[in-house]
Amino acid sequence: MNRLLNFGVYCWSWIATLGVFLVVGLLLSYLLAQGLPTIGKELFFGDAPAWEAIFGQVRVWDALWPACVGTLFLVLLATLLAVPIGISSGIYLACFAPKSFKRVLSLLVELLAGTPSIVMGLFGFAFILFLRNTFFPDANTSLLLAAACLALLILPYLIFTTQAALESLSDEYRLIGPSLGFSQIQTVFHVLLPAAGRGILSGVVLSIGRAAEDTAVIMLTGVIANAGLPQGLFGKFEALPFRIFYLAAEYQTPAELDSAYGTALVLLCLTGMLYGSALALHKTLELRWNQHG
Amino acid sequence: MSKYVETLLKYATVFSALIVLVLFGFLTYFTLPLFAEGQITELFSLHWRPFHGEFGILPMIAGTLALAISALLIAYPLGLGICLFVHGLGPRWLARPILLLIHGMTGIPTVVYGFVAVFLLVPLLRNNFSHGSGFSLLAASLTLSILILPTIVLLINSQLEQIVPKLRLTTTALGISRIHELTRISLPAASYGLLAAAILGFGRAVGDTLIALMVAGNAAQIPGSAFDSIRTLTAHIALVVATDSQSTTYHSLFACGLILFLTTASVNLLLHRIKHRACRETNYE
Repeated sequence: MNRLLNFGVYCWSWIATLGVFLVVGLLLSYLLAQGLPTIGKELFFGDAPAWEAIFGQVRVWDALWPACVGTLFLVLLATLLAVPIGISSGIYLACFAPKSFKRVLSLLVELLAGTPSIVMGLFGFAFILFLRNTFFPDANTSLLLAAACLALLILPYLIFTTQAALESLSDEYRLIGPSLGFSQIQTVFHVLLPAAGRGILSGVVLSIGRAAEDTAVIMLTGVIANAGLPQGLFGKFEALPFRIFYLAAEYQTPAELDSAYGTALVLLCLTGMLYGSALALHKTLELRWNQHG
Repeated sequence: MSKYVETLLKYATVFSALIVLVLFGFLTYFTLPLFAEGQITELFSLHWRPFHGEFGILPMIAGTLALAISALLIAYPLGLGICLFVHGLGPRWLARPILLLIHGMTGIPTVVYGFVAVFLLVPLLRNNFSHGSGFSLLAASLTLSILILPTIVLLINSQLEQIVPKLRLTTTALGISRIHELTRISLPAASYGLLAAAILGFGRAVGDTLIALMVAGNAAQIPGSAFDSIRTLTAHIALVVATDSQSTTYHSLFACGLILFLTTASVNLLLHRIKHRACRETNYE
């Protein structure tokens, strides 16, 4: 009986691993097979001439370019908003916060990290309703609002990775500063931060990836299907993940479906590259510590 | 000078920490009118028919629970199997590539999972089972289980990584087989990790929007079978914001948001407690 159970567990571990391996392999090869043939000028710019489309002189219809630009602006803006606050908070929690204060703050940040992205979007939506009821009757969802909500979404990741990168430094590093007569601030900025730089950077890259793939937040805060290139901070915009969602639900012609496959592949490559480089940064960091240790 | 820098860092942190409270405040503020107008009982009714003035969200709560639990029931055993594979039941040279693959899976966008499920899994279900359109609880829970799998595997794995190397020399010297060591010693020792993985997996499953929205069919009904179309709280919020613009429906929307928020917040508080306890116990040893 016991032996049978063991054999069952053994078999299950193989089945589970191979099964998941197969499913992910199937998913990737399916996307590659359907998406690769569609990659080309047509996918990105439709009928419009490429150069003029890039500089926004010609409006691009039914193609990827506006969504690419939208996602780029969105991610840049969200990162700009979140990085200074996130890294500062991470530094404070790792190096300055008194113990009991730190516990309360960390708990609140953990709660923020666990909040579903749709609730973050709803928060942005509620904020607009609030503005409409109070100061600005014609406030509307926009690029800036979406970026701000995305910034809230990635903020906890930035905080945690910064904090973890600083706290994982060996104690010798923490002692270098005081032994040379540095103040705590000097130690942090001249010794600890440079040493933890790669870890922090990998956190930033990781959160860019998160911001680029999230769909639920922007759905409630201003993305639409045919906005064209984003018209400023208070305009509507397009984005890659939303385009995939929209086309999967509403495609009318085989050409649109092809374009959806292409979009999915492009987004997958984008986030794949971001996650890959974050992982690589993290690995080189670990390698460096192991050599030193 | 340095005092200013520290103060600045402190304010940034307080700001980050306060956001979640502001968020909670906003959701509550917009849900309050429901209490005031006595619509709170209507909220917990079985029918979502906004044009008849019925705003029951019970079907969505049931849908969310059904989806999250079934996805967890699929993903958890798979995740456990993979962890055992990595920690000794499979060949050693495969352990690192498998973990790398699982890490990589966290980088695949949710919308891509949903997209592939719509065009690969849903037709498969539609053609093999003659129940409706294929957009169903089953399709969504299968897809969602793949999404939450890495969360579960990585958490259990991080716990086992701390336990297994310490035990391996002893158990090998005692002649205990690999499988005995894992199932009788390592896994029981990792019980906090196992529990935390289940809770975190559940939290992620509850919070996911896109897969439910794309694959589950979105009919506001209590699911009767795995082939029924369901609507989750998350998908409900997305759908109502996209279609309705009457302010009466919005209040029930914020109630959905509040329920979601409270669910994930309690999940995280629970995790926090577990982690705290686990830390304390390992320190006593």
